[in-house]
Amino acid sequence: MTTSTKPPQREEQHKAVKLFPSRLVTAPKGVQGPYKTPRNHVFRDHRKFGFSNIMLVLVVLFLFTPLFVVVGYSFNATKGMRWAGLSLVWYEKLLFGSAELWRAFGNSLLIAISSSMVATFLGSMAAVGIKWYKFKARTYIQITSFLPMVLPEVIIGISMLIFFTAVKIPLGMFSIFVAHTTFNLPFVFLLVSARLEEFDFSIIEAARDLGATERQTLLKVIIPSIMPGVTSGFLMAVTMSLEDFVITFFVSGPGSTTLPLYVYSMIRYGVSPVINALSFVLILGIMLMALSFRRFLKTIAASS
Amino acid sequence: MMDPRESRGRRLGVTYAAPMGLWLTLFFLVPLLIIVMYSFLKKGLYGGVEWEFTLSAYQQMFNPNFMRVLLRTLWVAFISTVITIFLALPCGYAMARSKHQTLWLGMVIIPFWTNSLIRVYAWIAILSSEGFLNEALKAIGLIKESLPLIYNQGAVVTVLIYMYIPFAILPLFTTIDKFDFGLLEAARDLGATKPQAILKVLIPNIRSGIITAVIFTFIPIFGAYAVPLLVGGKDSYMIGNIIVDQVTKTRNWPLASAFSLIITLLSTLGVVWMMTASARESARSKTAPQVVDANGGVV
Repeated sequence: MTTSTKPPQREEQHKAVKLFPSRLVTAPKGVQGPYKTPRNHVFRDHRKFGFSNIMLVLVVLFLFTPLFVVVGYSFNATKGMRWAGLSLVWYEKLLFGSAELWRAFGNSLLIAISSSMVATFLGSMAAVGIKWYKFKARTYIQITSFLPMVLPEVIIGISMLIFFTAVKIPLGMFSIFVAHTTFNLPFVFLLVSARLEEFDFSIIEAARDLGATERQTLLKVIIPSIMPGVTSGFLMAVTMSLEDFVITFFVSGPGSTTLPLYVYSMIRYGVSPVINALSFVLILGIMLMALSFRRFLKTIAASS
Repeated sequence: MMDPRESRGRRLGVTYAAPMGLWLTLFFLVPLLIIVMYSFLKKGLYGGVEWEFTLSAYQQMFNPNFMRVLLRTLWVAFISTVITIFLALPCGYAMARSKHQTLWLGMVIIPFWTNSLIRVYAWIAILSSEGFLNEALKAIGLIKESLPLIYNQGAVVTVLIYMYIPFAILPLFTTIDKFDFGLLEAARDLGATKPQAILKVLIPNIRSGIITAVIFTFIPIFGAYAVPLLVGGKDSYMIGNIIVDQVTKTRNWPLASAFSLIITLLSTLGVVWMMTASARESARSKTAPQVVDANGGVV
């Protein structure tokens, strides 16, 4: 593997230099020089209470207000929107009276993890194949991996429904798994590709020069350095899979209700405040996830 | 020149990329091709199709009702995208300038990761006639009767903006973050006013980010299904709802296929436009002369 990952052209090495412009041009602490403006250099027009900062705060408030409202009502003692005192009754109901909801949650988790694992594996491999080697079908794969990200979900959902019906694959957990893997693949591929873009080939040569075998280079140099891309890809895939409603809606069958589908039926056929309690639990889970994976957030932002 | 290493590389590359290529061909491309085929076939009695070539699906599309929905969908997608981008641009800028980038990113990503149906439900809880907003306005005595805040076009646009604004903020942040703010400083030194510096220096430099943001808000909003269904009224049906009805209620699969095909083509055109635009941009930046300082760094 390593012999072929070694760049045959000098151009690649050149690229590696260009790929880390910030590393090359940002001044070390205390050094004066004609460097690129450091990131946090205060631009004289950038005021703390300037227009853009105020907008950011307002938009973040806009994003969080609905969540706060739902969380607030989850502690309400009655069903309606009128406040009737603090109570944990909906949490009790969520924990002990919602077997069906938890079954849906279990289905969601099963599909999220299995489809994300497959997508991460296939997507990372393809990213390595396409970034490091040249072959004829590259453009084809790049296009087919880009389109699913931009097509509206309804189209993907319907085309898959028609496909599964046409080839007589029964709708259920398996068809959901296939659909989720399909829409997750492009995102993993993109994230890992972006990581490979920053990959410095000289470290492979350095490892080889220092006496590492091909295997060691792969396990101790290549894999660890693309791992952040792979992890963010997996993370992104899990969240998208847990979140997806539209595509799942089309390709699910009897007995394969996922959490979003269950929430949908709760919204359509009589809202129960159990949704509020569930929302808070989910939001807490997501906050925990964002916190523990905070160093990947920037990579994830770059992909969406 | 055929290097043996190169031919081995070609084989390895194919081996690595083939599983994903095959998967996407089978489960993404083939379904799309089936849709293309179905759009030219005759409608089956209980869903499905009959194997007879016809253009009737395309003729049915030119129904004034559908045209009205199509125009409305374009309008809703346009207005929501414009508002979203105008809100997202300053946000991306402020985030890129901030010292607490990760914190702000978390603030944008947490709602974005929250289940979309939960978020739609939250808006129903806020906007409905006995919802949070109406009750709050009544409580402070501003209104006596509930305002019709939900099940109309306004609610659809608001919730769509809410759902897709993170899709715009994130790419804008990523591109602005890479932008060298020293250029703005330079423009100001050369006598540009602040709006001039932003319009003539910042905006052209982050064009690829703006295009990505537009694509990733306009296209999904154009195909929106759940939002108009849950917070919209009779007058806010969108093309996504028409397609789904054709599949699940009317069981006219050829018509649903024809609509899907049109949307697919429109989206693909948008993407091609985006790709060529960003390719042009990178070509331009490559030919632009680069200033290299004494240490070999690009200024």
